[in-house]
Amino acid sequence: MMAVNRLFRTCPSTGLVYHEAAEKLIRWNAVAGVVSLLVGGILALLVTLTRWPAVHLLPADWFYLVLTAHGLDMLVFWIIFFEIAVLYFAAAVLLKCRLATPRIAWVAFWLMILGAIINNVAVFRGDSSVMFTSYAPMGAHPAFYLGLILFAVGALVACFVFFGTLVIAKSERTYTGSVPLVTFGAVTAAIIAVFTIASGAIILIPTFLWSLGLVAHIDSLMYRTVWWAFGHSSQQINVAAHVSVWYAIAGVVFGAKPMSEKVSRTAFFLYICFLQLASAHHLLADPGLTSNWKIFNTSYAMYLAVLASMVHGLTVPGAIEVAQREKGYNRGLFEWLRKAPWSHPSFSAMFLSLIGFGFLGGISGVMMGTEQLNLIIHNTIYVPGHFHATVVIGTTLAFMGLTYFLIPTLFRREMMFPGMAKWQPYVFGLGMMSFSLFMMGAGTLGVPRRHWDMTFAGNALGYEFPGTAYLMMGIMGISGIAAIIGGIMYLLITVGSVFLGKKIATPDFKYVAAKDGVAPKPAPQPAFGASGHGASIGMAGFVAPGTFVLALVFLTSFILYYFVNWKYLSTVWPLS
Amino acid sequence: MNTAQDHSEDVTEEPIPAMQQILDNPFLLLFIGIAMPTVLYIVWGVMEIVGIPVAK
Ligand code: HEM
Ligand SMILES: [Cu+2]
Repeated sequence: MMAVNRLFRTCPSTGLVYHEAAEKLIRWNAVAGVVSLLVGGILALLVTLTRWPAVHLLPADWFYLVLTAHGLDMLVFWIIFFEIAVLYFAAAVLLKCRLATPRIAWVAFWLMILGAIINNVAVFRGDSSVMFTSYAPMGAHPAFYLGLILFAVGALVACFVFFGTLVIAKSERTYTGSVPLVTFGAVTAAIIAVFTIASGAIILIPTFLWSLGLVAHIDSLMYRTVWWAFGHSSQQINVAAHVSVWYAIAGVVFGAKPMSEKVSRTAFFLYICFLQLASAHHLLADPGLTSNWKIFNTSYAMYLAVLASMVHGLTVPGAIEVAQREKGYNRGLFEWLRKAPWSHPSFSAMFLSLIGFGFLGGISGVMMGTEQLNLIIHNTIYVPGHFHATVVIGTTLAFMGLTYFLIPTLFRREMMFPGMAKWQPYVFGLGMMSFSLFMMGAGTLGVPRRHWDMTFAGNALGYEFPGTAYLMMGIMGISGIAAIIGGIMYLLITVGSVFLGKKIATPDFKYVAAKDGVAPKPAPQPAFGASGHGASIGMAGFVAPGTFVLALVFLTSFILYYFVNWKYLSTVWPLS
Repeated sequence: MNTAQDHSEDVTEEPIPAMQQILDNPFLLLFIGIAMPTVLYIVWGVMEIVGIPVAK
């Protein structure tokens, strides 16, 4: 049997304990993610400059090619590589445990790399511009599916390395009681990932065989139904992961402790039960599936998952508010928020992520997930407007915030360009908010998504969009460029710090071998969950009144927007 | 016998609530998280699609 690596180091500034093998894997997965983000970001620029009507940069065939690659490099490769890093961090580092089977974790990593490269090559060859969803009967080159399948297998193996690490931590007693909340959130993400990847395999393997001519026919509705169990659920991995990152950043920056472990964990449990059923919202406009199936899965089940998101959206700022009030920022409703460290990029990224995800992504998502209202915006650019609010402002920005925390502790480098880092979350986050908002606006006027030319020049059945639609697409283009500048800032800071940043020298730094079966005692407790509840904070019986007011503002906007859309629906087809 | 050990016995004597036991079991959660969408989304959905009459 191979000797088990039991070498650990304790980070002097955070007290976090790193298993040597886990540390390396977390670094490599995070770096692979950032490289994908770089490629996806260059493609984002090209796509945006094409959809900006006044620029209309690329010819049609290149537009669809680049759009396909942008969707995959961002939503599959960037996000999932980074998520695997988060999973390993949440299991090995937060539980102070050795990573299960590092060798298998490396096999998983290289499978994912191989899959990502094969898939990209297939797309850039030019015969696989089938876009992110690759709906059958539109066919791609077999290498396109093969790449995705290899990547998925690698990611699945990585999930089981995560579960294996949980088992080791339990049997080697590296923690007592329940796992920390952040780890529990990661468990949620990993569970959803297993279902997601299995669904992906169920549909992509036959499609791969079909592309080779070994299977005669793929039913298009069957494809769409099973594909969305993969395509939508993978967004729910993101939600579970970025919510965990919110809790982690609140803990790190403020020493904030969840207001109620029970409530937060129950909310994650609702995710496990219901979040994936909402996949049905992608099929609301498809004939063939009954309204029973659609409405059960989207309305009833989805609302329980939305409820869980609202719980998280409330308890994270609530925990921050309590921590701030205990530090003495107890005056009025919002002193705690005014005195928050707005120039700390981990905090500002996390907070913008939370607000953008809730107000833009959340509200629009519930609207679109309603069977009748879905008709207003189906297949319009409203849809990418919605999901850039969720996966870019929500997930990507939260991961950016986490990176700023990881550079010194994981990579042991000083952050380069700290002045630029202060601004980065605002440039990226606010740019993206405006980008999403104007996409939604143009979508409400009917501008299609995935469309090369909104003027329909030379088409037999044209349509003349109003001037406002062009204006909004123009503002979308400008905001997109702002967000891309924010993305470039992030890449400069992270790549610069990790490869060229000043090494943080720790005098008596070394990896130490843990005693058999037991992880070393951590030095001081890390910031995760310090602080007890002080005596008298808050107002009028509420410990977190500011958060309560924010929640009311949110609910009011939600209800107003929802009903405005019902009103709008009634005007779509005049019945006179 | 040291006091630390006595203390840990105190803790284990307190019964763990049922819900917490469920939430502490990742493999039970994994089962629930796969069974629910498989039955309610995939199996139900696929059955409906299979039941669509074929055009003649
Ligand atoms: C500055 C950043 C970004 C900009 C400016 C940008 C811009 C765009 C634009 C203009 C489209 C085309 C919409 C259409 O014509 O239908 C698009 C599509 C898309 N983007 Fe982004 N994007 C950015 C970042 C991201 C990130 C970080 C992700 C994922 C995490 C992402 C995921 C997607 C996906 C999945 C599509 C749809 C692809 C398809 O329809 O097949 N984007 N993006
Ligand atoms: Cu979805």
